Amino acid sequence: MEGYKGMENTQNSSVLKKLFGLREASLALIIIVFAALLSFMAPGFLSTYNINTTLIGLSMDGILAVGMTLVLVVGGIDLSVGSVMAFANVLAGMTMVTLGLNIWLSVLISMVLSVLIGFSISQFITKIKLSPFITTLSMMSIGRGLAYIITKGSPVSIGQISETFDFIGGGKTFGIPNPGLILILLVIVMDFLMRNSKTFRKIYYVGSNEEAAKFSGINVNKTKIMVYILCSSLAGFAGILNLARFGVATPTVGTGAELRAIAGAVIGGASLTGGEGTVLGAFLGIILVGLVNNALVLLGVSVYWQQLVVGLVLLSAVIIDMKVHGSK
Amino acid sequence: MDKLLEMKGISKSFYGTQALKDVNIKIEPGEIQAVCGENGAGKSTLMNIMTGILQPNEGEIIFEGEKLTNLDPRTAQEKGISIVHQELSLCPEVSVAENIFMGRVPEKKRGMVNFKEMRKEAEKVLKRLNLDIDVKQPLGKLGISEQQMVEIAKALSINAKILILDEPTSSLTESESQILFDNLLRLKKEGIAIFFISHRLKEIFQICDSFTVLRDGVHVGDGRVADVDPDDIVRMMVGRELDQAYPDKGTEVGQNILTVENISRKDEFENISFEVNEKEIVGLFGLIGAGRSEAMQTVFGINQPDSGKIKLFGKDITANNTRENIDQGLIYITEDRKEQGLFLDMDLNANVVAADLEQVSENSLVKKKKVKDIGSKFVDIMNTKYASLDQPVKSLSGGNQQKVLLAKWLAVDPRVLILDEPTRGIDVGAKFEIHTTLRELSNNGHAVMFISSELPEILGLSDRILIMHQGKLVGELDADTATEEEVMMYASGRKNDFEN
Repeated sequence: MEGYKGMENTQNSSVLKKLFGLREASLALIIIVFAALLSFMAPGFLSTYNINTTLIGLSMDGILAVGMTLVLVVGGIDLSVGSVMAFANVLAGMTMVTLGLNIWLSVLISMVLSVLIGFSISQFITKIKLSPFITTLSMMSIGRGLAYIITKGSPVSIGQISETFDFIGGGKTFGIPNPGLILILLVIVMDFLMRNSKTFRKIYYVGSNEEAAKFSGINVNKTKIMVYILCSSLAGFAGILNLARFGVATPTVGTGAELRAIAGAVIGGASLTGGEGTVLGAFLGIILVGLVNNALVLLGVSVYWQQLVVGLVLLSAVIIDMKVHGSK
Repeated sequence: MDKLLEMKGISKSFYGTQALKDVNIKIEPGEIQAVCGENGAGKSTLMNIMTGILQPNEGEIIFEGEKLTNLDPRTAQEKGISIVHQELSLCPEVSVAENIFMGRVPEKKRGMVNFKEMRKEAEKVLKRLNLDIDVKQPLGKLGISEQQMVEIAKALSINAKILILDEPTSSLTESESQILFDNLLRLKKEGIAIFFISHRLKEIFQICDSFTVLRDGVHVGDGRVADVDPDDIVRMMVGRELDQAYPDKGTEVGQNILTVENISRKDEFENISFEVNEKEIVGLFGLIGAGRSEAMQTVFGINQPDSGKIKLFGKDITANNTRENIDQGLIYITEDRKEQGLFLDMDLNANVVAADLEQVSENSLVKKKKVKDIGSKFVDIMNTKYASLDQPVKSLSGGNQQKVLLAKWLAVDPRVLILDEPTRGIDVGAKFEIHTTLRELSNNGHAVMFISSELPEILGLSDRILIMHQGKLVGELDADTATEEEVMMYASGRKNDFEN
């Protein structure tokens, strides 16, 4: 008891802890130090152009990472997000181009189907009791397959269809590229909900101990269904955002994105065994990965090194976290 | 006789907390010694030092006349010091023989497993425990008590001279415990020394030769079991007189609250009917496998009954799910606090509010201040010992974890409490506190029903006793006049008042 009161008096650490939690604060610090170093080593880093392209580049991955965080916290995994992103991307594009549907109707259809994919994933997991890994591994293949079938394998341009649609993907608001702004707003809202909403807090309970959640009167299946639907919907949304940005229905979009999303979430503190993780942490994790990639580009390192370096960053983040938590 | 093992002046501290202080303990070949103490008294730390898992800060370990320094788990095992943990640490999918020889599989040429040799040796060691089972079958096919024997066999196969059993009977029925004891006596004759850790004093007096009592990390007494009675040991453990083992019984019975009429579930239980009234504690006794937990979980709404009715305050709640029952004041507190009860990695507050997020929320948002208020209020009501409300529940001792579990359920303001083995595996002091809390709740007008496998607790705490046998209710007794023998007659199926 005495010790606890003493700890509360050390204002600095407890304020920081309350603001971010230890993980987010240290991650933010690493990002700042890294960015500062980079601005010295590569003068182009701080240019508006570079910052904007980096932000756009990581915004799709960021949206996927937000959904992935929810799924990881509930104790699952979703390997299908990259494929669902591609499916939603080409479905919206192709219904416009080949069926001549109104652009917003195409977007709506695409979103509805993304929701349905999430719902069916959740049904396999909650009703048939398949493991999330197997279910979403299958869905990953199915989604990508559908994307190839719809486009017959090659990218299809949708041309200039709607100014508003183009603006969402390519425009800027307050000088910030819209995809980046959307990601930031999404992170703020979802992080708030994950920390404070009664419904979203249940995700932590279910992920921490599913049986105990069931015995506490928490509807475990309902929570899981919500989480998988949200994750797939966000993936579908990222796919549509990608279409708005590039104006091309691309069946290969989001290839490998599920792994980047998982890496970001885990660097940000999510646990693969569930019960732990924050949206803000995942966002910072994605930023760190984006920065590292950007650094490699600016320093003239071959793109082929990117994946290797991301892997090393992920490994070190997890090891550092284990050491810090283990010696507690 | 020569001492087999002697530990002198053992001290150990963790981050400033003194877990053991100047503890002495010794054992002779063929001796069964009870190690007693409340949860947190230092029993586990002492055993972990003995098996080389932890290093003492001070003190020495002398084994067969040789001083062991920097003992590590592997050396301890090679010397013949083996521990069988409370939670079994075996692989259910792997064969019995491979479990016994885990990590030391006999080999043929080029690293191939010598299955023939392994099975022969496995059968040999199981024979020492009078156990005749197929060693090729997966371990998971065996019952819990047989799995435990396999674990003991594994310890024996490493040529154990000292066997440490940590709460070995906590998940066994009485007859299974008896088989275990027969085996321990057999090993005793072979000259194996056994440290026996148990909260059940009756067992200690049944099987042990000697005892050592720890309290708050200090050695407070030892001797021959024959020279003391159970009260002496309890006094040493808690450091005070227990004026009475159980709180006073209820004096009056209020109105009926919960009525269960003929509920059945296929392969689990059939035609269970009973009532629970306010100001009354009903004890439900039965051997493991009698269907007690299954029936009570169905009443709570985890499962739906195939037939029958459940009424709360006269209202039919048969189709209710758990959420609806909790909101209407009917709760069930699980026997398995680790798997079904607590969120071990989450902090105390988060655990206490888990079953009713509604009361700590405003406009669907959880209010941190309310969580803190409710959390601290109820862990304090339960007199839980903790360092910080932010610490994860898993860092608490078993008794205190159980108190957090109760706190969580008291926080939902229930009217009917069904508790499944509310005091399993916790120390005498915490047990008494929980009994007192239940009696207070009952006196304040709550209806309380509890399941227990301990006869003294059933007789001591209940006002009325129900007994189940093989899925059926077989008897109802007034706790004032019932005897342990009578209850056992029903539980073992030799007596049945409700047979057609």
